Amino acid sequence: MKRIIKVLLIVTLALTGCTKKDTTSRSNYLTIKGSDTMVHLASNWAETYMSTHAEANLSVTGGGSGTGIAALINGTTDICIASRKIKDKEVKLAQKNGAQPQEHVVARDGIAVVVNPANPVTKLTVDQIGRIYRGSYTNWKEVGGPDAPIVILSRESSSGTYVFFQERVLSKQDYSTEAMLMPSTSAIIKTVSQDKWSIGYVGLGYAFEAKAKVKMLAVIDNIDSAPVIPSVEAVKSGAYPIARPLYFYTKGKPAGLTKQFIDFCISDSGQKIVLETGYVPVN
Amino acid sequence: MNYRLRERIIKRVLMGAASTSILVVILIFLFLGKEAFPFIYEPGLSGLWNKRWIPVSFIQEFYGIIPLITGSVLVTIIAVVIMIPFGVLGAIYVAEIATAWEKNILKPFIEILAGIPSVVIGFFGLVVLSPVVKSLFGLNTGLTAFTGALLLALMAIPTVISISEDAIHSVPQSFKEASLALGASRLQTIWRVTVPAALPGIIAAIMLGMGRVIGETMVVLMVTGNAAKISWNPFDSVRTMTATIAAEMGEVAFGSTHYQALFWVAIVLLFITFLLNVVAQKVLKKYQMR
Repeated sequence: MKRIIKVLLIVTLALTGCTKKDTTSRSNYLTIKGSDTMVHLASNWAETYMSTHAEANLSVTGGGSGTGIAALINGTTDICIASRKIKDKEVKLAQKNGAQPQEHVVARDGIAVVVNPANPVTKLTVDQIGRIYRGSYTNWKEVGGPDAPIVILSRESSSGTYVFFQERVLSKQDYSTEAMLMPSTSAIIKTVSQDKWSIGYVGLGYAFEAKAKVKMLAVIDNIDSAPVIPSVEAVKSGAYPIARPLYFYTKGKPAGLTKQFIDFCISDSGQKIVLETGYVPVN
Repeated sequence: MNYRLRERIIKRVLMGAASTSILVVILIFLFLGKEAFPFIYEPGLSGLWNKRWIPVSFIQEFYGIIPLITGSVLVTIIAVVIMIPFGVLGAIYVAEIATAWEKNILKPFIEILAGIPSVVIGFFGLVVLSPVVKSLFGLNTGLTAFTGALLLALMAIPTVISISEDAIHSVPQSFKEASLALGASRLQTIWRVTVPAALPGIIAAIMLGMGRVIGETMVVLMVTGNAAKISWNPFDSVRTMTATIAAEMGEVAFGSTHYQALFWVAIVLLFITFLLNVVAQKVLKKYQMR
């Protein structure tokens, strides 16, 4: 709900922005559409960019990564923001419409696995987390904790994070039917902070914001590697295993305003905004 | 002449206003049918009769609505069981026993309760009620069917009280006077005369409350945990039909199988509420005839 309101707000702002400058030529107008995870980041970028480039007119809308990619294929957006990689099927569709989608990694995002602060477990391997979420481990004692049942918390299936977590941690297997699907990240934080034996996953920014209410687990990629506590540095260096790139997709090589905007996003000042918004810079 | 024309125009306008709801219902049925229809060919209606609801998967998607139906049914049953005593007894007290000043306090509060937005009740449930349920029953999590049902009952009770109270009020004074004149006590009069006479109205009130419970979305989405599994344990997490539609419709790809499956969930939900209405009407008629 909050997300819808936010998106509506942005749309309205974008629309009122249009009417004010009726004479704006097409080359000064840029539409950005896609991932709800990235809407906040993209609008921060757009606001900062417009404050220094008065002639530029940028509009940012959400709707989900899939929606954004569809819009790129249909030619109704200039830049697609996506929290997942474009699928082969979608690339083929775009090519059929005469456009080769080009990928730009603009930021990174870590997914923290969180438990209640009273839970003595401090570290898990990616495989163990996968088994918990698939439903093959149902008791904390199976992963070196006390004898207590595991309460599994997940995001809703419409979330890009749900799909990424399924791919990276569950090795593309299905979630357990016992998994409770929470409507928002804040609901996961709230429940983990209340229920002693629950486990959940949230974006790094949210985990930092929750501070002592939840405990972030150190994650071990495989038997040989050391446990890594999620942090901006660990995601940046690639040491933290549950991290994903955030993408811009454009039709073919970007030019004009599109290129200038992307250059701004990956510049130092653009990446500073990434850090301020709670994500991880790429360079 | 002029007067007659005006009369006819007014009649037409009023008729138009009255039949809008018929038009809307027909349009909704047509729209749901149109969006859900392709599912019949691919993957086929038998796909709905499955015990698994796994709409997003790398291996294979399942669109079985059985767990969603059992989820909705479980929450509704518990809510109705809680709602009936509070609603009906509350109505009897307000209508028959309460003094004028008690009524002046009770009625506004009942109306305020009816007016609280469901998202606020859901938030209250998530933050306040679910930890209480958890510690009271020694559970691992407070996000259960029972928690949701408790809140839904809370939301439906004002409806039940208001309508039952009207029904009790409309029992003719002569009935009560006759009963009292025959030597029955006040309580006997209420139980043996007033309540039976008002029963059709009370049943209608309960049915309306039930309709509100089964159709409510925000509260169950926030507090029932939304795990799509088949369970008849009140202290398990369940996923209702309404919560599924609300959570998944937002980002589902337009026209996809998943999208069509969600429309089928909506059709089943509509069918259940429709059935509930028909049964309520039948019950009402049967009692009114006596």
